[in-house]
Amino acid sequence: MSDTRSTDVHSETTDTPADTGTSTDKDLTEAGSRLSTAPVETAMPGSFGGSRAPGALGWISWTAREVIGWARWFWRQLTSMRVALLLLFLLSLGAIPGSLIPQSGTNAMAVQAFKDAHDVRGPLYDRLGLFHVYSSVWFSSIYILLFVSLIGCIVPRAWQFVGQLRSRPPGAPRRLERLPAYATWRTDAAPEEVRAAALKALRQRRFRAHVTGDAVAAEKGYLREAGNLLFHVALVVMLVAFAWGQLYKSEGNKLIIEGDGFANTLTQYDDFKSGNLFTADDLVPYSFTLRDFTGTYERTGPNKGTPRTFKADLTYSEGAYGKEKKTTVRVNQPLHVGDSKVYLVNHGYAPVVTVRDGKGKVVFHDAVPMLPLDANVTSQGAIQVRDGYRNAKGEKEQLGFGAIFVPTFAGAGQGSMFSQFPAADNPVLAVNAYHGDLGVNAGVPSNVYQLNTKNLKQFKGADGKILKARLAPGQTMKLPGGYGSITFEKQVKEWAGFQIVQQPGSGWALGGALAAILGLAGSLFIPRRRVWVRATTGADGATVVEMAGLGRSESAKLPEELGDLAALVHDQAPTKTADPDADPDREPDAASHVPAAEGVQTK
Amino acid sequence: MTLALATNEHLANLSNTLIYSSMAVYTLAFFAYIAEWIFGSRSKVARTASALTAEAPRAAEAPAVAVKQAGGTAVLERPKVVTRAAAGARDVPDGPGAHGGDEQGDLYGRIAVSLTVLSFLVELAGVIARAASVQRAPWGNMYEFSITFSTVAVGVYLALLALKKNVRWIGLFLITTVLLDLGLAVTVLYTASDQLVPALHSYWLIIHVSTAIFCGAVLYVGAVATLAYLFKDSYENKLAGGGKPGRFATSVMERLPSSASLDKFAYRVNAAVFPLWTFTIIAGAIWAGDAWGRYWGWDPKETWAFITWVAYACYLHARSTAGWKGRKAAYIALVAFACYLFNYYGVNLFVGGMHSYAGVK
Ligand code: HEM
Repeated sequence: MSDTRSTDVHSETTDTPADTGTSTDKDLTEAGSRLSTAPVETAMPGSFGGSRAPGALGWISWTAREVIGWARWFWRQLTSMRVALLLLFLLSLGAIPGSLIPQSGTNAMAVQAFKDAHDVRGPLYDRLGLFHVYSSVWFSSIYILLFVSLIGCIVPRAWQFVGQLRSRPPGAPRRLERLPAYATWRTDAAPEEVRAAALKALRQRRFRAHVTGDAVAAEKGYLREAGNLLFHVALVVMLVAFAWGQLYKSEGNKLIIEGDGFANTLTQYDDFKSGNLFTADDLVPYSFTLRDFTGTYERTGPNKGTPRTFKADLTYSEGAYGKEKKTTVRVNQPLHVGDSKVYLVNHGYAPVVTVRDGKGKVVFHDAVPMLPLDANVTSQGAIQVRDGYRNAKGEKEQLGFGAIFVPTFAGAGQGSMFSQFPAADNPVLAVNAYHGDLGVNAGVPSNVYQLNTKNLKQFKGADGKILKARLAPGQTMKLPGGYGSITFEKQVKEWAGFQIVQQPGSGWALGGALAAILGLAGSLFIPRRRVWVRATTGADGATVVEMAGLGRSESAKLPEELGDLAALVHDQAPTKTADPDADPDREPDAASHVPAAEGVQTK
Repeated sequence: MTLALATNEHLANLSNTLIYSSMAVYTLAFFAYIAEWIFGSRSKVARTASALTAEAPRAAEAPAVAVKQAGGTAVLERPKVVTRAAAGARDVPDGPGAHGGDEQGDLYGRIAVSLTVLSFLVELAGVIARAASVQRAPWGNMYEFSITFSTVAVGVYLALLALKKNVRWIGLFLITTVLLDLGLAVTVLYTASDQLVPALHSYWLIIHVSTAIFCGAVLYVGAVATLAYLFKDSYENKLAGGGKPGRFATSVMERLPSSASLDKFAYRVNAAVFPLWTFTIIAGAIWAGDAWGRYWGWDPKETWAFITWVAYACYLHARSTAGWKGRKAAYIALVAFACYLFNYYGVNLFVGGMHSYAGVK
């Protein structure tokens, strides 16, 4: 069988005995070329300008060559695998500080605390942008460079891939037995018959196959490359969608008491944030009413007080005059209207309070939302009587009440105003009272949960002490001097806090993400491989069939597949019966196939 | 109501008993694996050295047509395929495994695997009982996460064994870490049976966490193989350079698969699970989008999942760039797995954030 090589038509002119090793290596490299579109690393440059002609023109053209040369060099570096790898590294390294140092975007209070506690590191971190890592200049530059590199990589690779699809698999290397999987036998069938059988078998297995010289060259698994390109493109889509979402997003909060409603316009929000390109017209038009809020809590055991369910029953209508529909929003189940989502984010109580003037006329009757302070919903709030009130002398004045509300009071004579349980089992409202000017008419935004006591006078009791009372539902506190009274009605409503978020582009981000997974699976699971079948006439007149396979990645399946293909070809061109090699008892003589000089696989 | 509570506690206690029982059986399996390694050390083979120094290629590499002898007449079978390592790679045969070809060692190895199967079943029952006692998926806190994680890791190992992969040698290492994990779980991380806070009620949670646990278990196997690759590779390098490794190293290393096989195995495992890890992060983002109104917010847990993902992407990239194959890529893989571990233990215990439902006080 050592005569196989003598009939090889792929003779290279440079093939001298001395460099057989390197020439076969080159041959093998050729066989594996264009199996992927990975960019090749290029050498470092010297000077790009070359020699400089005399005079100003010479200087200009030299500078131009130099600038263009460096620009191209820089671009090539940026789009090389090595730099892509480096940038990926930097990206993960750069993400670390943001997870360890408090971030102003998520926890502004922790940032302030950190700054207060660290005189030296605080300002330093501030300067380095470490309190907002993910929007800092340096972090952004890493990922922008990475994505420029990515795009600069995708475009040429896509072209290359198109080229590969249009060209044919390269011809067989001279030394097929040096490939990772190899099979050979001798047959009586003519070489043309063998090649025809091979072509048919390969095409049956959906290989792209063609005959070059004395061999059939075939390739399969192009989807691997397609998947890889899809994956990298999907990454770009995801980033663009994310950036788009950040620019156009809007996010606001609204506190709604049971029975009240909300329409999605800017003026109705308690607070509102938006991306740089957002305009008020972008808000999706709809409205909703909070029918009922329900919260339940663990009653017993070590986790007593832990929330179990939170749900808000809503009635909503889309557009300005849409039909009313009912829905329930839970912590994990926002209401979707177009691009807008309504999330349930917090909840609290709103005791119903009535304030009367000295004559007994009702000047205020409403549910007043209280702001929770702890897990058991000890809450704080303020009751503000802004207009319609006249004091005993008939003068216009305003009344204010500071209030602490506990849904479950420990019991009379037991401790302070701290709630014992989050449900409204034994609600108590503690109030103190002021009169004067609430300071809410000056056009300055005011806190509805806290009184501005600057121009207020606190009521004192008969004993000269500050007037205050703990009211159970139905109880009333009288204000001295004919100022009237305040009543905690036998009704405690609940309120729910909603976050209303509009983030366009999330559909694209999701689509990109799914495409990325699909592409990745294709790229990692589809092996791209080549198969060659060579049929030549040996010295004794019999046909020598050689088959070999080469994969992009060393796949365990490759030899198996080659075996299947060989069996198909072998059916058409069976082993020559009188062949001494077919003798099962004879150990094949290794040295006759691979001369020692070329036994480089054991390096 | 009271009745339901009583059943729950009963199931929770049953679960605890099962977990402790599985630890006992794992301990037995641990000793059986040790016995396998000890008996295996009796066989002295030096395949690696001979393969590395051999002048001529091994005879098996010569092409031949396999012929089956049937009733006197030769019946031709399919041609035999000869494989060889890619140019430049070492052609070292795989070791026989921990038992080293020793019969008694092999027996202990089989016993160890049987015990592993048994303890796996007991632990699985414990996890299921726990799930039944809380009426939800058993991963609401770190204790539950830990017991589920070790169960799945052992399950992955047994599945690979069932698929006839050469992984029995991982057994000792795996069971050691499983015992550590369970020990930590029942002491430091233990949390009484409890239902979930509303933010954790979501089927995306089930998808996200179950795939995260599965990915972790598979990545763990990949990391162990990578570590073994690094040791075996140094060993082979030393031999190839004419060095003489110590007796203990020789005894252990000769029984492991070749460095090329380990490297390939580690790569396949990591690459196979990477798309699922990608999916896990996306499922998490969808869940976050439903729970907190934003799908990505750089919460520490999210950040570390991202870092882990990028680290594995680095590893895959490095593998596909020729210059970074082998040891360098292996180091990246180990760093990537360290990131996964940090996200699990480090972030839960030290960093916190919105994901801090670890239940450890
Ligand atoms: C956002 C940054 C990037 C990420 C997360 C990423 C991720 C990945 C992953 C996970 C793979 C593995 C799939 C496989 O092995 O087939 C891969 C392959 C690849 N990437 Fe990237 N990549 C990024 C940027 C780039 C850039 C900038 C380039 C070009 C310089 C690039 C070129 C390639 C090539 C050529 C392959 C395939 C190699 C092969 O054929 O096996 N990637 N990438």
